[in-house]
Amino acid sequence: MFVSLNWLKNYIDIENISTEDLAERITKTGIEVEGIEYIAEQSTNVVVGYVKKCEQHPNADKLNLCQVDVGDEELQIICGAPNIAQGQKVAVAKPGAVLPGNFKIKKAKLRGVESNGMICSLQELGIEEKFVPKDVAEGIFVFPNDAEVGADALQLLNLDDAIIELGLTPNRSDALSMLGVAYEVAAILDVPIRFPEENVKTAEEQAVDYVSVKVEDSDANPYYGAFVVKDIEIGPSPLWMRNYLIAAGIRPINNVVDITNYVLLEYGQPLHAFDFDKFGSKEIVVRRAQQDEKIQTLDDQERTLSSEHLVITNGQEPTAIAGVMGGAESEVSEQTTTVLLEAAYFDPKVVRIGSKDHGLRSESSIRFEKGVDPNRVKSAGMRACQLLSQYANGTVLSGVAEFDELDKEEKTVEFSSSRINARLGTAISNDEMADILRKLNINYKLNGDTFTVHVPTRRQDITIFEDMLEEIARIYGYDNLPYTLPQGASQAGGLTDLQQLKRDIKQYFESAGLMESITYSLTSQARSQLLVSPEVKEKAVTPVALSMPMSEEHSTLRLSMLPELLDSLAYNTARKQSNLAYYELGTIFLSEQEQVTKQPEEKLRAAGALTGDWITHPWQQEKRQVDFYLVKGILQGLFETLNVTAEYKQTKIDGMHPGRTAQILVGGTSIGFLGQVHPKLQKDFDLKDTYVFDLDLDYLFEIHKNEPSFAKIPRYPSVSRDIALVVEEAVHAGDVQATIQQAGGELVKDVQVFDVYQGEHLEDGKKSIAFNLLYLDPERTLKDEEVEESYQAILYAVKDAHDAELRG
Amino acid sequence: MKERLLELQTEALAKVEEASTLKDLQDIRVAYLGKKGPITEVLRGMGKLSKEERPVIGELANKVREAIASELDNKKEHLEAIELEKKLEAETIDVTLPGRPVQVGGPHLLTSIVEEIEDLFIGMGFEVREGPEVETDYYNFEALNLPKDHPARDMQDSFYITEELLMRTHTSPVQARTMGEYQGSQPVKMICPGKVYRRDTDDATHSHQFTQVEGLYVDKDVRMSDLKGVLNRFAKQLFGEEREIRLRPSFFPFTEPSVEMDISCKVCHGHGCSVCKGTGWIEILGGGMVHPRVLEMAGYDSNEYSGFAFGMGPERIAMLKYGVDDIRHFYTNDVRFLTQYHKAK
Ligand SMILES: [Zn+2]
Repeated sequence: MFVSLNWLKNYIDIENISTEDLAERITKTGIEVEGIEYIAEQSTNVVVGYVKKCEQHPNADKLNLCQVDVGDEELQIICGAPNIAQGQKVAVAKPGAVLPGNFKIKKAKLRGVESNGMICSLQELGIEEKFVPKDVAEGIFVFPNDAEVGADALQLLNLDDAIIELGLTPNRSDALSMLGVAYEVAAILDVPIRFPEENVKTAEEQAVDYVSVKVEDSDANPYYGAFVVKDIEIGPSPLWMRNYLIAAGIRPINNVVDITNYVLLEYGQPLHAFDFDKFGSKEIVVRRAQQDEKIQTLDDQERTLSSEHLVITNGQEPTAIAGVMGGAESEVSEQTTTVLLEAAYFDPKVVRIGSKDHGLRSESSIRFEKGVDPNRVKSAGMRACQLLSQYANGTVLSGVAEFDELDKEEKTVEFSSSRINARLGTAISNDEMADILRKLNINYKLNGDTFTVHVPTRRQDITIFEDMLEEIARIYGYDNLPYTLPQGASQAGGLTDLQQLKRDIKQYFESAGLMESITYSLTSQARSQLLVSPEVKEKAVTPVALSMPMSEEHSTLRLSMLPELLDSLAYNTARKQSNLAYYELGTIFLSEQEQVTKQPEEKLRAAGALTGDWITHPWQQEKRQVDFYLVKGILQGLFETLNVTAEYKQTKIDGMHPGRTAQILVGGTSIGFLGQVHPKLQKDFDLKDTYVFDLDLDYLFEIHKNEPSFAKIPRYPSVSRDIALVVEEAVHAGDVQATIQQAGGELVKDVQVFDVYQGEHLEDGKKSIAFNLLYLDPERTLKDEEVEESYQAILYAVKDAHDAELRG
Repeated sequence: MKERLLELQTEALAKVEEASTLKDLQDIRVAYLGKKGPITEVLRGMGKLSKEERPVIGELANKVREAIASELDNKKEHLEAIELEKKLEAETIDVTLPGRPVQVGGPHLLTSIVEEIEDLFIGMGFEVREGPEVETDYYNFEALNLPKDHPARDMQDSFYITEELLMRTHTSPVQARTMGEYQGSQPVKMICPGKVYRRDTDDATHSHQFTQVEGLYVDKDVRMSDLKGVLNRFAKQLFGEEREIRLRPSFFPFTEPSVEMDISCKVCHGHGCSVCKGTGWIEILGGGMVHPRVLEMAGYDSNEYSGFAFGMGPERIAMLKYGVDDIRHFYTNDVRFLTQYHKAK
């Protein structure tokens, strides 16, 4: 809502406070001032001039040479505007004047003739093109004849105004009117309000002689009033009204339309003017539209209606969509002489549906949607009649044709001052509270310390105790509330074990050299199929999709963080940052339903993506690229931290390198995978070799056991034995290791691979794997025979299971 | 013989004195103290001596040996020290060459901010709660006093999955869930951080996904002044002791009264500058007293219980605190952005 302070001054005195202070106080009391605009802040020296003579420039067809009386002198000015004419009163920027944009007016010569100043258009004076009335849009502005020559044109055009922009929250629709703002500011400054003139001398003839009103759906339209004004002379509205409309962001059209808009802004009550002679009948029937009924609206669009929509009809055809837009047929035009003026209360929901379905949000529909003040509907109509009489020369017929089932009663809310104080933490006296209510223009009765408040109908937002609590608090001033800390029994706040564990895991990844990243949860349909871990793929029937995505790019809930992580890597490599090691902790969304009806399961996972060099240390010729075993090592460290034992199984996953991908299992349950991204997918993302991992953290959290218990430090020496085995190339070291562990028995405490060899001295297709075995009995010294026995058992077992031969 | 021994001693000591290498010393040791050395030879001739002379000469011979041996040891130690010194000198390296780098990671700026906020509220006795990112319409809206046809639903256009399921538009549903769990049986003092989603086109100041931290305190006799006190403490700890706060009225369907909290501008200290658009204040968060309907829907008697709630955007806080100029930075994961915030605080 744009509020012209010059306009506001008609209702309250705000002379004694600066605009900035006023804005600050409005903000602090309840409505945020989002900006202050001084239209012609920098303009000076523009006056009303009288064009005494206007003739063609001797050396230019399209220019005019004018002699302009500006009061204290006569100026010769060259003007190119097509609408300039002798006898006009115009806005003259005298030499030395400054116009918006710091444009300085100087004496000049145009085609050999002297020009001392400039005759201005409204645009040149700083008014936005879209608000300039059409008749002066193509040229200079022309003042009404009564403008005084030499007077300050900026003032006459209201360009000395300050306009404050109010950011209204949905509850404060009462301030969608100048009167509403006046009430608010009056409460803040404790000043009285002057109300607009609504009384008008009416004709003998009655409105009801001209028109009848019938409402078929009184819930949707509890009040409909029709005023009739005849003998209207269509013309421009008075300059001050045009100025105010422009300041409020509405383009002036003609007196009738301007008056309805003016009252809309003044009272917050939308009005609609029909041309009575084109209305088509003498009866107004408000009803639900029929299915597929059509109406041609003011904007010359044909609209198709349904029973959801409420229409004003002439008994036959719709003449307006209630509260949304009028019909083209009965539009007020230059020829209109009799106006049928509608002042109505439409149900907010009905208007909301109407404006939404037809994509028409207007100053009117916005106000109806919020609910207008029931006690201002009829008076707004009267105010418009008064203005039509004064500024359109109209004759107002007496009375109003109306349908009225509107509840106009003031509701009551009760509160005790002690409860207010208990809730605010204050000690505001009854007198102070009473004074606050008086400032707010709210009537009340006080009994003991109980206030019974009659809530004015303009404040539809006040219905319960808490609403009055807010009114008292905001006028008392939030600044005046004390600072206290809660008195309730104090409890120890803190993180849960799992929350702490989550932080620990982040810290682990970071000290292992990975950077945390955060990606979007919403990905594309195509990406949602990529790099999905086996245990997720097994459960998730289809990825969960948004019903109305804004773009395909963010249309589907992720099943893996990896595709978006690869996107982050790609973003960086495109910017010449090619050594990257990222991890992310986040949620994936898993639904076992084909058609989603319940919330998907949300799983916390840890994913990582690494590419480029891991270590570069050029002067010592060290350079290490990210590879499978680096990533595996990082995960091994994590599992050690979590005290879980993981197994790795060669596997194939969409989007992964078929020979370099391992599924990770804990106790036989799949918890994720690691490996190299498929070179084809790497290419799609424009990435070099990239390694990724993806882990089910929820499951790891569930099974991890981190109650470190004390294990005795062994007192007896361990025995170390090496064993080198020759096996087929395809045999996995991990499998052999498992066999050794099993066959070796309890005494084998650890088995580690320390060498893998392929090449000279070995048959083609064979490789040698060397293991280091650690034997230990914590209770005694081992005997050589025991170790040897176990060693032989191992040799037998690996031969049996893997066809492994001791390397000679 | 006595003279011969003393002569040998003088001779040997002189040679030790002259020796310049460990090998020289070894040669001297062999030459004088070895089994074929002159002292041994002298002792061999002791058989010719009288009973009285023998012990005297024997003792002298031992003294001479000891004197030579001791001097040899001293000299050896000396020479070894010199040699070590030389060797170490030769091992000198260029200490100005760069070290072998260690790969270092670090947290995302948003995580740092969220954890900082968490820790501040934990310090005031709050617990941390989390909840689902796909919410039901009931918990996301209805339980928060936003019935289906409420006009304020326009304020947060949402990503729906079905008519009843949507990406949560705020983390407040976690509050509704927690209160609903307790059904009015106990106070609630919690914050809930998390990701939220709204139908916004991504640009410098909008993101379809962002982060929120909301807080809730419900107990008997919670006052609006408590909200002011808690937020004041929070703001001073997060932004600095010198910053002031102010509350001003606002509107949220789930609180009444509702407030918006500003902090005084760091640049101009409240006098007005371009950073704060001339107002002297910068908006940080929204909050208010929990709406009685929200309490009632979760099973709390609103005559007995009252509470306050608040919510803030870590992205906005990060942007204000560190001057980040584009919200998209938080989600593109530009390494040059991420690493800026890895330095220890
Ligand atoms: Zn500032």
